[in-house]
Amino acid sequence: MNFIASIRVTLKESVLDPQGSAVVHALHSLSFTSVSDVRIGKYMEVSFHADDEQTARAQVSRMCDQLLTNPVIETYSFTLAEVRE
Amino acid sequence: MRREPTEQEIRDQRMYVKFGLTDDEYARICTRLGRLPNYTETGVFSVMWSEHCSYKSSRKHLRRFPTQGTHVLQGPGENAGIIDIGDNLAVSFKMESHNHPTAVEPYQGAATGVGGIIRDVFTMGARPIALLNSLRFGTLDQARTRYLFSHAVEGIAFYGNCIGIPTVGGEVVFDARYAENPLVNAMCIGLMTHDQIATGHASGVGNPVLVVGAKTGRDGIHGATFASAQDPNEKERSAVQVGDPFMEKLLLEACLELIATGRVVGIQDMGAAGLTSSSAEMASRAGSGLTLDVSRVPCRETGMSPYEIMLSESQERMLVVMKEGESAIAEEIFAKWGLEATVIGRVTDDGSLRITEGERVAAELPIAALVDEAPVLDRPAVRPAYLDQLNVAPVRLSTQGDLTGDLLALVAEPTIASKEWVYRQYDTMVRTETLVRPGADAAVIGIPDSQKAIATSADGNGKYVYLNPRQGGAMAVAEAARNIVCTGARPLAVTDCLNYGNPEKPEIFYQFRESIDGMSEACEKLGTPVISGNVSFYNETGGQDIYPTPIIGMVGLLEQAERLVTSAFKRGEGAVYLLAPKGQAIRDGLGGSAYLAMKRPDEALSYQLPAFDLDAEKAVQDACLALAEAGVLAAAHDISDGGLAVALAESCVQGSVGLAVAVTIAPDDEQEVLLFGESPSRILVQVRAGQEKRLKELASSFLVSFLPLGAVAETDRFHITLNEKTAIDAEVSALRDAWRGAIASWMN
Amino acid sequence: MNCAVLQFPGSNCDQDAVKAVAGTLSLKADLVWHETADLNAYDLIIVPGGFSYGDYLRAGAIARFSKAMQATVAAAERGAYVLGICNGFQILTEAGLLPGALRRNDHRQFRCDMVELEVVNGATDFTRAYEKARVTIPIAHGEGNYYVDDEMLKRLEENQQIVFRYASEQSPNGSVANIAGVINERGNVLGMMPHPERAVSERLGSTDGISLFRSILTSWRDGHAS
Repeated sequence: MNFIASIRVTLKESVLDPQGSAVVHALHSLSFTSVSDVRIGKYMEVSFHADDEQTARAQVSRMCDQLLTNPVIETYSFTLAEVRE
Repeated sequence: MRREPTEQEIRDQRMYVKFGLTDDEYARICTRLGRLPNYTETGVFSVMWSEHCSYKSSRKHLRRFPTQGTHVLQGPGENAGIIDIGDNLAVSFKMESHNHPTAVEPYQGAATGVGGIIRDVFTMGARPIALLNSLRFGTLDQARTRYLFSHAVEGIAFYGNCIGIPTVGGEVVFDARYAENPLVNAMCIGLMTHDQIATGHASGVGNPVLVVGAKTGRDGIHGATFASAQDPNEKERSAVQVGDPFMEKLLLEACLELIATGRVVGIQDMGAAGLTSSSAEMASRAGSGLTLDVSRVPCRETGMSPYEIMLSESQERMLVVMKEGESAIAEEIFAKWGLEATVIGRVTDDGSLRITEGERVAAELPIAALVDEAPVLDRPAVRPAYLDQLNVAPVRLSTQGDLTGDLLALVAEPTIASKEWVYRQYDTMVRTETLVRPGADAAVIGIPDSQKAIATSADGNGKYVYLNPRQGGAMAVAEAARNIVCTGARPLAVTDCLNYGNPEKPEIFYQFRESIDGMSEACEKLGTPVISGNVSFYNETGGQDIYPTPIIGMVGLLEQAERLVTSAFKRGEGAVYLLAPKGQAIRDGLGGSAYLAMKRPDEALSYQLPAFDLDAEKAVQDACLALAEAGVLAAAHDISDGGLAVALAESCVQGSVGLAVAVTIAPDDEQEVLLFGESPSRILVQVRAGQEKRLKELASSFLVSFLPLGAVAETDRFHITLNEKTAIDAEVSALRDAWRGAIASWMN
Repeated sequence: MNCAVLQFPGSNCDQDAVKAVAGTLSLKADLVWHETADLNAYDLIIVPGGFSYGDYLRAGAIARFSKAMQATVAAAERGAYVLGICNGFQILTEAGLLPGALRRNDHRQFRCDMVELEVVNGATDFTRAYEKARVTIPIAHGEGNYYVDDEMLKRLEENQQIVFRYASEQSPNGSVANIAGVINERGNVLGMMPHPERAVSERLGSTDGISLFRSILTSWRDGHAS
């Protein structure tokens, strides 16, 4: 089975996000004063092959833990979609 | 796949006009070929005959530049020029504009400008050792200017920092004239030994032609044409390329390793107009032909047509001709660096560029028609009326002047203020040879394992050129050279980046033609031939052209790096003097000055420039150089924007010292012009302790004047007395804060 | 003392490190390509600055999986000295040889400047030759904003693992507790954002990096004398 994992990586809530803070400031100056927080992260699409969905999920988690994120400062979530030829 | 228009459709619907070809040019192509060009061929012609590739408006005039010299190893016409610096060492350098891409997408536009100029230099076989850049933007009170400025700087930083080449100098000028047409001129300097020189020649029938580096995508198609497009509003975002400095770092190392094998016949950067111009130019230089199979070019996207592959401006690619049977060497070296090197064709002797897609011939064009027979225009030039309406400049602007307040305001003008906000974003020290970092008259870079160092600066003053094209052109060269001699280095050669408005306007073309004459005269007089350069026209929006802005990049040589002189005044050293032409009328008026523009913005362009004389300039520079070489100078600083008072303030701030200056020759009503006038050919010097006598002896052998100004003090006081009355009394710390904080206060 | 300077695609301070080792210790360091799996011969491994693998994904994230880095982890385990400078520091944290992580500078800009550092721990094998508590060493980075959580910070302080701090009140990058360099618990792996290899001669504006290289050599000699 072929899958596409859509992975979102963000800084942990406890870690300051200077880019996000800057965007909050910019939005406020554009009079979007209701904005209270912006978190900027990374979005990745990983296309891969796995035998079944459970294996696929486990693989994506391992990719994230080993390479795609730095657990000291980042956290992630992902969705998985099967791709049919 | 989309069907390409047929030959007949291109003709009947005048589709060639969209490519940027005129009716005349298209007719010439048809006559030359004896048939109608197909779609790919029309595209190839259009980019080769574009202003950007053919220099059709400028070529005739660029020939007037002096390009010869005993130390010139490679003059204009190659990817970059090369000069000899002795001991079998040579430096290669060039400056190039990336103005139009920056206006559309400042971060990538500026970044890819840096990437392109680095490739031009390492293509010659030189290892890049320094970057400079000359930038022009609108005024910082405009949000759009702040956006363009901050992103362009960030893009330059991104590329240079990542690839590991220090950005050591340059300049930034802010003026409303550049609001819609920012200028980004990037310069790169490389170091090599004489035996490492490579050139862009495709010679030797049967030799393999390789594409190396990044894969080809659809980016930047028609970028060369676009750069010459008349109306910047028509510029398409799709033509902007994205730079990958990491890829370029690998390409740099792989190319230098490959050139070192001695098996490379020719190598050329794929810059503007990509594979089309690199292949045509390489074959043209060698008088050969090429046959290329575009189906072998490694592509990043699927379904690319021959037209797209030939015109793609994907970055970080090179075209290489190897000796026959030795392409495997290239493949091996590039594989080590994780890059591809792919044979896509061979050198022929039939003088034609034959492009196939597999077996099918997609285009077959005579190289001479593409390169040598590209149109050369003789554009009309008419002296603009405004030049004859300029008045003699005033020497004073106010009756009850607060000159201290004026100086504090002037040092905080963004064009004059410290550019620390910019250069602290650049890695200025990587390679650990940067002896003088940005913020000085010229940067100084040590040559590894040698006593030598090179000094380099990039200078231009568009307003001066606007007010007097010929003199302004000469002054740009003179100032660059003066900055070099202030470090104690001897000026060697020039690269130029010529930024102008719309050349189809005779008044603009007059500015271009005249300033070239001025630059040529100065290069001749100062012994600094032009070895490379670039022209950027059509810097025009809504009918408003930029100031004619030729930027001069200069390189000079210090035989003894330890003899280098800096601009900071030093504690415990001797007095400060003004070195100037003998008998120069320093009361020549405030025309063209930053002070005038600040005090009376409406009149900034109303007055004539102060007089300028090349012989006097040469005498001042020779004197400064002789004093530096004799080791009697503790500091030297060029007087430019803001005049004498600003130069004194800068040297005090840089040295964290106070100053007491007393001058008694100025009549009371000429105080402003003495302090803030911008008469050229002047240098501030501080003499080494105990060397005053020698200084005067040495200086007396030159036709120059030495005006004693005063002494450095161990205080925080910056004090100037004119005719025994206090004219300026400021704290050095206040000047420093105003000077250093100005740009940051706009940007934060 | 045998010294290696690792070379990744995108390293750009590798030659500077070789030059600094030659200039300060009169030793010839070997440049070691990232595909080298055996670093057994080396007593000091320098992981230099630059943008390994373009710093894509995160600074240092990809380099840590290289053969040479795996060999560096093994070398650290056997007690060899490992010095990570700038991108090298980022790689060492990614590889787990040092605690914490380096985030983007709080002001979001790259910053190149001479900075004053406080030598917080002058007793390590990397700093024992320092005779003064304040030194000037340049920085050049966009991601030097050191992060550890409060618990780890406490541990670092208790174990005296903080070796350098930025001396000015306002750090140039937003680092937690102004931290500029940390050492591992065992004391043989140092990571620092400032570039000691750029502060080894008067003509570069500072000589305060020399003591760092000399400390390592002295420490190595002591270790071998006993």
